[in-house]
Amino acid sequence: MYSIIKLKNFKPVSTHLSSRFFSTIVEEPIKKSIVEKLTNKFTPSHLEVINESYMHSVPRGSETHFKVIIVSNEFDGKTMISQHRSINETLKDEFKNGVHALSIHSTTPLKWEMDQSVNKSPGCMGGSKKEKEKKNNNN
Amino acid sequence: MNRYLFKVGTQTTSFLLRSNNQVFRSFSTEKKSILETIDQQVKGNPLVLYMKGTPSAPQCGFSNTVVRILEAEGVGKYESHNVLENDELRDGIKKYGEWPTIPQVYIKGELVGGADIMLNLYKSGELSKMLQDAGIIKN
Repeated sequence: MYSIIKLKNFKPVSTHLSSRFFSTIVEEPIKKSIVEKLTNKFTPSHLEVINESYMHSVPRGSETHFKVIIVSNEFDGKTMISQHRSINETLKDEFKNGVHALSIHSTTPLKWEMDQSVNKSPGCMGGSKKEKEKKNNNN
Repeated sequence: MNRYLFKVGTQTTSFLLRSNNQVFRSFSTEKKSILETIDQQVKGNPLVLYMKGTPSAPQCGFSNTVVRILEAEGVGKYESHNVLENDELRDGIKKYGEWPTIPQVYIKGELVGGADIMLNLYKSGELSKMLQDAGIIKN
């Protein structure tokens, strides 16, 4: 009984410490530049950039798969494809630097107020791994 | 545009060696560029899907999403191309569509979008209408 209590008390402290430690060493330069560029270009009222690389077969800490939730007046009256095109265009350097999946949820403040549901990103089916293997074989 | 290939086959080379310093050029029949090939594919078919893997075995969650949507819409047979099998096509389709990611869906020669847009069009019912208008599915 005593040991369980001890363990219970110990656990939160350890995860707390490790998560603090983790957050100080993990840097996400590509995520940072995505946030900066989208903020400058669209002055969004709401912006979330989520690194979803962990959902795919890429090394831990990769910055290859992202999801962007962006709400901006700039999208008013524009078709979805043109909204996505302008976002892709803004992030073209990031695509050159290793980003290869960008899931976009773009909308206007009015629509966002009415509906804040965002589609869940699909899981991996091994494509990234296969591509990597192919690359290695070519080298 | 590199529309012509300079062909130096073994036979040509040996001919070159025998006919002292005689410049010999042989142009092969015009080789289609990948962009021309893609252009013919998307314009020659009502619906074309560029994806990772095949409809029966998708290798990426986003490609899988699109396959499942087309299935749900009752699109029976459609043309699909696996970009994992062809690096030239993989780069080419990104250039052709001016769209940095895969999958890409073309209806009547027009890029409709990737997985995010397809999912939104499916949910809103617009996709059904587009497919009907294009004569791909019946009312």
